[in-house]
Amino acid sequence: MTDDATGLPPHVQALIGKPRYEERSEFPIEMGYVYNTCAAVQNGNPVYWDRAVAEEIAGGPVTPPTMMSVWFRPHYWSPGAEGERLALRSHFDLKELLDLPEAIISENEAAFGEPVRPGDTLTTRQVIRSISPPKDTKLGRGRFWTIDVETYNQRDEWVGTESYTALGYRRGTS
Amino acid sequence: MTVAHSLTSGEVQEGEELPTLSFPVTATTVVLGALASRDWRPMHHDKDFAINRNGVRDIFINTPNNAAWFERYITDWTGPGARLGRLKFRMKSPVFPGDLMTFTGRVARKLRDENGCDWAELDLAVSVSGEVRTSCQARVALPADAGDNPWRRKGPQWRP
Repeated sequence: MTDDATGLPPHVQALIGKPRYEERSEFPIEMGYVYNTCAAVQNGNPVYWDRAVAEEIAGGPVTPPTMMSVWFRPHYWSPGAEGERLALRSHFDLKELLDLPEAIISENEAAFGEPVRPGDTLTTRQVIRSISPPKDTKLGRGRFWTIDVETYNQRDEWVGTESYTALGYRRGTS
Repeated sequence: MTVAHSLTSGEVQEGEELPTLSFPVTATTVVLGALASRDWRPMHHDKDFAINRNGVRDIFINTPNNAAWFERYITDWTGPGARLGRLKFRMKSPVFPGDLMTFTGRVARKLRDENGCDWAELDLAVSVSGEVRTSCQARVALPADAGDNPWRRKGPQWRP
């Protein structure tokens, strides 16, 4: 049995709008990854590289706002973990539940709140906002879905919300 | 000490074009960006996987690294006193090794919000050979003058 408008099974429809996967960042925020990120895109903004500039402008060291999602990607491996460890687990849940083996992120929107600083610990939760009816695309037949990731710091201040729109698809079926 | 110059809102005009930035993408560019953003998915480092599983021609720049490039492009223009509030982008097709990606942008709108915070809304794009691969809208807070600092705004004073 499926929902008439979207063709979604009820157990998938029931996931929409429910906060899931509340998680804390696995390590305190640190500047090493900031330097890696700035180096990868040759970002010379002194607010990230020069402590005195950071103090004067931002009241101390800060991390690039576009790194918000970086802090929640799990280590590729850690002791006791089995199998591939995945970020944005709601996305991979939908791939499996909807039997759509491939997926790409097509749209990303982020709003940035309180700056993330070294030593912060962050908490995140994921909310599936919508799932489209089946669509034919040049990559294959599939569905678009949107997932919000809301992030707060250790003082429960809003750090930001990222919204991902993805296409899950099966190749060669359109 | 002297901090690098930052644009104030008075120095920015609606319709103004941002300086163009071009960058030749290599496999190293893609892999550096993926690993810096802790994105271990194979389509960003394994060409065979990208071709045979994703159906694209090579590894490609990942989503958070795309965002990092846009942030760099914006703050290269504004200087460190600006504070990014919002970024929305749509990836029409990937950027691959061998592409010369070119960032362009213009100031779509300027506004002052109810808290007195000055914003520039930007329309941006990354193109390859004139084809837009990713389009982007950004909202960045600019100091109103030398005495203003968007980074000091907290809670209800910061409405991105």
